[in-house]
Amino acid sequence: MPAIIRAEQVTKSFGEVHALKGVDLEVEKGTVLGLLGPNGAGKTTMVRILATLLLPTGGRAEVDGFDVVKDAEELRFRIGLAGQSAAVDENLTGLENLQLVGRLYHLEKGLAKQRAIEVLERFDLADAADRATKTYSGGMRRRLDLAASLVGRPDVLFLDEPTTGLDPRSRIDVWDFIRELQSEGTTLLLTTQYLEEADVLADQIAVIDRGSLIAQGTSDELKEQVGGEVLELHVENRDDTSRVVEALKGIGTGDPSVDPDEGAVRIPVGGEGPVALLESVRRLDETDIRLADIALHRPTLDDVFLKLTGRSTVEDEAEADGKDGKKEKRGRRGGKEA
Amino acid sequence: MSATVQQAPTERRAPRNTAGRIALAFDDGLLVARRNLVTLTRVPTVFVFELVQPIMFVLLFRFIYANQFSQLPPELSYVQFLMPGIFIQNALFQSTNTAIGLAEDLKTGIIDRFRSLPMARSAVLVGRTGSDLIKNFLLLVIVIGIGYLVGFKFENGLVNALGVVLLVIAVGFAFSWISACIGLALKQVEAVQAASFTWIFPVVFVSSAFVPVAGMSGFLQVVARNNPVTIWCNLARYLSSGSVAIVDFESKLPVDTFEGLVFKSTVWIIGLLVVFVPLAIHLYRKLD
Repeated sequence: MPAIIRAEQVTKSFGEVHALKGVDLEVEKGTVLGLLGPNGAGKTTMVRILATLLLPTGGRAEVDGFDVVKDAEELRFRIGLAGQSAAVDENLTGLENLQLVGRLYHLEKGLAKQRAIEVLERFDLADAADRATKTYSGGMRRRLDLAASLVGRPDVLFLDEPTTGLDPRSRIDVWDFIRELQSEGTTLLLTTQYLEEADVLADQIAVIDRGSLIAQGTSDELKEQVGGEVLELHVENRDDTSRVVEALKGIGTGDPSVDPDEGAVRIPVGGEGPVALLESVRRLDETDIRLADIALHRPTLDDVFLKLTGRSTVEDEAEADGKDGKKEKRGRRGGKEA
Repeated sequence: MSATVQQAPTERRAPRNTAGRIALAFDDGLLVARRNLVTLTRVPTVFVFELVQPIMFVLLFRFIYANQFSQLPPELSYVQFLMPGIFIQNALFQSTNTAIGLAEDLKTGIIDRFRSLPMARSAVLVGRTGSDLIKNFLLLVIVIGIGYLVGFKFENGLVNALGVVLLVIAVGFAFSWISACIGLALKQVEAVQAASFTWIFPVVFVSSAFVPVAGMSGFLQVVARNNPVTIWCNLARYLSSGSVAIVDFESKLPVDTFEGLVFKSTVWIIGLLVVFVPLAIHLYRKLD
């Protein structure tokens, strides 16, 4: 499959702040790339460059065969953008917003309206079509935003943190729509802070940190790098941890770690989580050790980060917020609208 | 329906020739202007509050300062002097809304949406200054009505009255582009509000908008006489009441000829547009 998005050594500096430090990216036609990273990592900057909102400081990028700088005008006919980078007018109705976008794609009046109605139905917003957008819930607004990005029937869709700030129900709705688009063959580049989201939606995941790509691969490949799942056991009597280790000898893919203060034992189990869990329960059932808790933990973005960079994403966010006022501003905006 | 999503739009090319591009810029500008005006009808309180300010100025100046200015010729009442000044002052004050509107659109992200669409680059600015022009026209009509309620009238016939309207709208439009530059440079609504009034107050007050220049101290008089606001106010007064409205207190002669005022007013307006339209477009293109 040919690459429909290709970025080579893209850099972007805002004065002294180097938001991107030479990013290479390839996305095959019809696939979904999840760009994963904490706040301030450079995800939004990358999307804004690919969506022609921002000029790169260095390097080059092509989308759908068009250079994002030289052929920006042609390219804009072929891309859609939604998420924290783009918004709708809250004083217009849902239908008016989408019609306006259609007209600005230079669709003829009747066609713009037809498309607007089509996408409103598709995103379950037909009933709210004639209501001012400011009366919409956060989830509806996000769906309208997604709908707006589809009015021009783009070949490539950029979704910048499409579910940030949404309640779980709305998040799942948005996921369903994204999966539907994916099944129709739209190429998608979505940014997210959540490994789970990238896991569910993306064919390929690129992890970005402080302006550089630090890992790329499928979800499974990334998890393997981190060491897969961890079985975590908490005992009621803290003195029992060594007995647990003894009883569970041979389970897991590596040496267990013991936290005597918490009374916790953690065993890496790779991809064999459920089997290890069942076996552990069976073995412990034969002893008199009393468990407070037993659970399988899937690796989180934090684990990936900890493994790849030796830093937690939480520290990184604190740093990014202090340094990158721009990002912070955009974040607040989303909060205020919701 | 979902199967058709991948279908390409029929027209997916930007027009290459100049005529096509101008037509496109015009269409897109109209679409954006219409969107701004619809917003105005959806949030009418904004418009109502924008009216409060000129009404307050008319009442304050008309009734507090009436008959306070010995520098006015006896044939000219203060209200005839004041109202043309109020028209110009209001156009200048209202122009700050261009910056605020742009800053708000930047904040919500709607400008990002527009910038990702294959629309004319100029459309957001043309649409904004265009819708502000229409809004200022509506406000001007109302302010003229208020003027009539407090004793003002056009004494020189309909054509000259329309000349005043044209002048005020043109001045407002030119200042809208200055304001657009401020909005695009500062980007934040609060900063824009603070900055706009810092420069617009001296520009308006150190002029003949409310009071005759002859009453000011030496240095201020020099500044005020050369302030384009004074030139525009004088032209508006000439059109409203004839040459008596611009008679100098000391020489007892008109400060300028009608042709002179028209020429200077036009040069100032075109000059401002020539500088600030390209600057605003440049700032818009450089947004990140």
